Amino acid sequence: MSKREISLSINGKAHTAAMEPRLSLLDFLRDEVGLTGTHVGCEHGVCGACSILFDGAPIRACLMLAVQADGHAITTVEGLCNEDGSAGTLQDAFQDAHGMQCGYCTPGMLISAQALLAHNSDPSLAEIKDAIGGNLCRCTGYVQIIEAIQLAARRLREAGP
Amino acid sequence: MTAATLDAGGAGRNLHYVAQKRRVREDRRFVAGTGKFVQDIALPDTKHAAVLPSPYSRARILSIDSTAAAALDGVHMVLTGQQMAEDCNPIRLGLKLPDIKWYPLAVDMTRYAGEWVAIVVADNAYIAEDALELIQVDYEPLAPVIDPEQAFDETDLLVHPDHGSNVLYHGNFLWGDVVGDFAAADDSLTLRTRWGRSSTVPIETFGALARWDEGTEILDIWASIQMPNFVELLATTLGYPLNNIRLHQDVDVGGSYGVKRGIKQSVLVGYLSRKLKRPVRLIEDRLVNMAGGDAHGPDRIFDTEAAFSRDGVIKSLKIRALDDAGAYPGRAPFQLAKPISAIVGPYTINSVKYEAISVATNKTGQVPVRGFGQAPTNYMIEMTVDAVARHLGLDRLEVRRRNLIPSDAFPYQIPSGSSYDSGDYQVVLQKGLDLARYDELLQRRDSARAEGRLAGIGIATCLEPGGGNNIFEYLMDPTAEITTFMEACEVKVDPQGKITGMMGTTTSGQGHETLFATILGEELQIDPDEIRIVHADSLTALPTRSPVASRMAIMLGGAATGAAAKIKDRAMAIAAFNLERPVEDLEYAGGTISDRNDASRKLTWAEICFIAYRAYHKLPPGMEPGFHAQHVFQVPGGGQLPDAQNRVQIYPCFSFQAHIPYVEIDPGTGKVSVLDYAIAHDCGTVINPDIVRGMVIGGLAHGIGAALYEQFAYDEEGQFLSASFADYLMPSVHEIPDVKDVEHCTPSPLTSHGQKGSGEGGYLGAPAAIASAVNDALQPMGLSLSELPMRMHKIEALINDGPG
Amino acid sequence: MKAAKFDYIPAESIDEVVAALDRGNGETIIIAGGQSLMPMLAMRLATPATVVDINNIAQLSGIEVNEGEVVIKACTRQATALASPLVQAHLPLLAKAIGHVGHQQTRNRGTVGGSLCHADPASEIPLAALAMDAHVGLRSVAGTRQLPLADYFLGPMMTARKDNEILLSVHFPLGPDGARTGTAFHEVSERHGDFAVVAAAAHVQMDANGHCSKAALAIGGADAVPRRITGLEARLLGTMIDRNIIAAALPEIANAITPGDDQHAPSAYRRRVASVLAERALLEAVAGAAP
Repeated sequence: MSKREISLSINGKAHTAAMEPRLSLLDFLRDEVGLTGTHVGCEHGVCGACSILFDGAPIRACLMLAVQADGHAITTVEGLCNEDGSAGTLQDAFQDAHGMQCGYCTPGMLISAQALLAHNSDPSLAEIKDAIGGNLCRCTGYVQIIEAIQLAARRLREAGP
Repeated sequence: MTAATLDAGGAGRNLHYVAQKRRVREDRRFVAGTGKFVQDIALPDTKHAAVLPSPYSRARILSIDSTAAAALDGVHMVLTGQQMAEDCNPIRLGLKLPDIKWYPLAVDMTRYAGEWVAIVVADNAYIAEDALELIQVDYEPLAPVIDPEQAFDETDLLVHPDHGSNVLYHGNFLWGDVVGDFAAADDSLTLRTRWGRSSTVPIETFGALARWDEGTEILDIWASIQMPNFVELLATTLGYPLNNIRLHQDVDVGGSYGVKRGIKQSVLVGYLSRKLKRPVRLIEDRLVNMAGGDAHGPDRIFDTEAAFSRDGVIKSLKIRALDDAGAYPGRAPFQLAKPISAIVGPYTINSVKYEAISVATNKTGQVPVRGFGQAPTNYMIEMTVDAVARHLGLDRLEVRRRNLIPSDAFPYQIPSGSSYDSGDYQVVLQKGLDLARYDELLQRRDSARAEGRLAGIGIATCLEPGGGNNIFEYLMDPTAEITTFMEACEVKVDPQGKITGMMGTTTSGQGHETLFATILGEELQIDPDEIRIVHADSLTALPTRSPVASRMAIMLGGAATGAAAKIKDRAMAIAAFNLERPVEDLEYAGGTISDRNDASRKLTWAEICFIAYRAYHKLPPGMEPGFHAQHVFQVPGGGQLPDAQNRVQIYPCFSFQAHIPYVEIDPGTGKVSVLDYAIAHDCGTVINPDIVRGMVIGGLAHGIGAALYEQFAYDEEGQFLSASFADYLMPSVHEIPDVKDVEHCTPSPLTSHGQKGSGEGGYLGAPAAIASAVNDALQPMGLSLSELPMRMHKIEALINDGPG
Repeated sequence: MKAAKFDYIPAESIDEVVAALDRGNGETIIIAGGQSLMPMLAMRLATPATVVDINNIAQLSGIEVNEGEVVIKACTRQATALASPLVQAHLPLLAKAIGHVGHQQTRNRGTVGGSLCHADPASEIPLAALAMDAHVGLRSVAGTRQLPLADYFLGPMMTARKDNEILLSVHFPLGPDGARTGTAFHEVSERHGDFAVVAAAAHVQMDANGHCSKAALAIGGADAVPRRITGLEARLLGTMIDRNIIAAALPEIANAITPGDDQHAPSAYRRRVASVLAERALLEAVAGAAP
């Protein structure tokens, strides 16, 4: 049960770390790397608060072992900010539309929305619902979150490729 | 909404920041992932706790052997209830029930499945859970009492044998001539409605982190807590002076809606951190939170009798409410009392008899949930109105119109003593109908029915009492002479002239920082974005109670307005002294004070601040140097004890909401789809439109969950069946329709800017509205369902097996 | 909710996996997508001594058409299968089923083989695969064997796969060229994306004269395992299926299933709704097979 060493990229930065195999990727990101933007909601894969991008695709960090991330690239909510730390287009739109309340599900919502908008800057309502269907929010009833994603998509389209 | 609010409140003032669409300042940190939730706080050398839940709903604890667990490498302590009870006091309950002893860990007996029996502290949570597996508990399982009606009658099978009964509270209230009104009425009916056990279930569980500092003798607590006054409970339980405890309130709370009260959790980490002389944290995992976090909501059976005229005007109600508080009551029984403030809903009902009963069962303890009992009560009232309409063959909408309190009747006193501050119910209802395109909706429903589908429209017109004081405690316990539930703030102007507002609570999604800054900005005519808002800790905060009862817009808004007025008064006094003009001749504009008659005679904000901090010789004689103000705001209209008939003003403000959802039911599966939803909402002046809209729609979604999906289920042995998110079903985006909403503004005459409460939001009406829609869909079959949640299997059984 | 300790083997070959399983004496388990296993580890419902990770074995991923069958390798992601033109073209029933599986985030990680190994009686992929007469390829140190799904499911989360075997692939037979086929997948769950409370998968095939040359109906969530309703299928075979024939055959379902009770639905519900969904699925499948 010795520790295993892994190398991975997190938000574009190379990391090397050693951990027990049983450590979840979620706990690794939060407790070892200190990226606490990724949140713990249920630890059994239902709520989506721990969503991250894994090699560009949204997954749940509670449903992976940290050791399985060896050699892979991860983006967390912190990685959605611009390089100077300012809010990206999606994050800006979430503020303008107030697509949140308590902020707890927000990182997961942003990750899911980011994954959607990365390949579809003109999503239909059904596509937006499908993208965030695995992210529970208890505060908003989702309406302002959908509006935030629509606003971000519009701004991305207006900005052009 | 903006146009309506511009001429509302504040005596028709022109508003610059209030009611304007502006960003919510809290959002900035949340989108960056830099919110500071309790789990994000890392103190050096922190140890991690994990708890051992009881597998039995009721059992005697014969022995606990924690030797192996304590010996495990990385384990620092294993604590059981027995040890804890020797060092701590029981947690104070809301009602005075001296023979019910509630400790953070079970002592001698477990009283619900999931109750915490032991706690382990270890280097990390993984090791702590390893140690839990090594604890050997010898239980003697006992038969539990699960059904609340059985619990009420039971004399042998008692949750707390020393209490001598399972009844925690049994009270009778009579307001008005119920006997006479029933005798005079044309008709009457009885109806049983049942509100199922569910809760708010924030996505963040409860967590607490404590650090005892031997040098200062201060216990620092960071917790996912919504109640600042819980430190009083913490102090009495731990037996510490209150000023030994410092609760940090700059912690972001990941949703609460009433339930984040975590008293036993905080007692545990506080106790353990002092014992171990190290920071200790306990973050509930989801299963622990659901089963043993003491965060379940009301679980209530109503038996209602209504007397009414043949044209559908309801004259009188007899209500019996039996509520299942679970094993440890906490403040749960009071959720039967708060609804007294709006016991007749928005209707002109003349008299009410109210019998309220709270019983203990072997289930998880109940805590205050969004609306504090009002959502179940509204559900019961609306179901009764629908039943009257059905009984008389009248249209539900028309029956409501005949019963709604007319707009010229405000302030309107209801039989139980509350005076409703203001309202325009018919107009708001009409706005909702217009938004829903009600005539088209009727056609849509009827054509769906013609095609053989089950389609229904819901109508609910409900109240949201806001700004609560605590006098409902006195109604249940006349020794509790608590007549204030104040809220306070401090405002500092610094030597640079910059403003900092200090509030005394956490924020858990309601945007209190934005609210506070907006009102300060409005009052001081300064861009709110330039105002800093901070959260005082419990040792430095002014008297504050909490963001319960849809009260922060009213109460923090009132405190902020009061403090801002004091800041302006001070500035005016300094200006008057230095300009040698009477205050009446001066006017304040964005910080600069000038002579109305001679604009060249003025003092700038910078000059005023300089004088306040640096130039004692320019201060009016007797004025203290410095520039700050404090204001403690008392609940408007509160402060009185009930009269001899138990009539009292409990809440000052009454928001109104009209819900019109459209549903279709798949008759083969019983599955309900909520296809459309319109809500018209009136909470007076809206401070921040996006915040209010979010809480209205979010509450509505929460209400759809309570109506259709969410249920804390127990089997007959009291085993808890809904611990995971695969079993407790909160609505996802797919279950929530595209909600249409409209605001109306009937300002409150009692508040600083005409605002009322909105935080309990659509939750107070949506369950009633969805039930109304489902019953409308079932009506062509002659069926109705009066039990929440209306799970699809229940609807399917009703359709296929018929009633009963 | 933190997993108990275990050893971890990031396997690079199938040989390495089966050797580890063989050594493990039932205490070694495989992690593929982990979407069901990770919660079981976190809840300590699974406490293996060793976890063998098969995610890095390239031979275990991919979808291909081979002599009369479509082969989906065990570690193929559900999202990959859903997006696959081969699956869309040849296995429409599977595509329909995967559309109901979880959410984007879980499909990006969850695998087709993992779903079959987990064998939740209400899960969609096993149900569709059973209706499609699929078989699985299993391998241990002793060799390889093929097992029809009809013989594979033994009980809730129990299969005929032995502790020392890895599921390599799922094999879906292709129908005869030019056959008119229709498929449908119907399920009911309270929330979109949850495990089905009850589900029905239908797959019918018509000959040139419009007679049913193959009928498959599988019901999930209404018994300890996904069930083929062979009595019903027999009554459809050779007929020109219509609404009346289906209605007459539906009572066969009740004879073939023994639903359980839980807090999501009583057995009576599952029994009745199985029939409702079966009827809908069959009608849709028959319509899809119409010329």
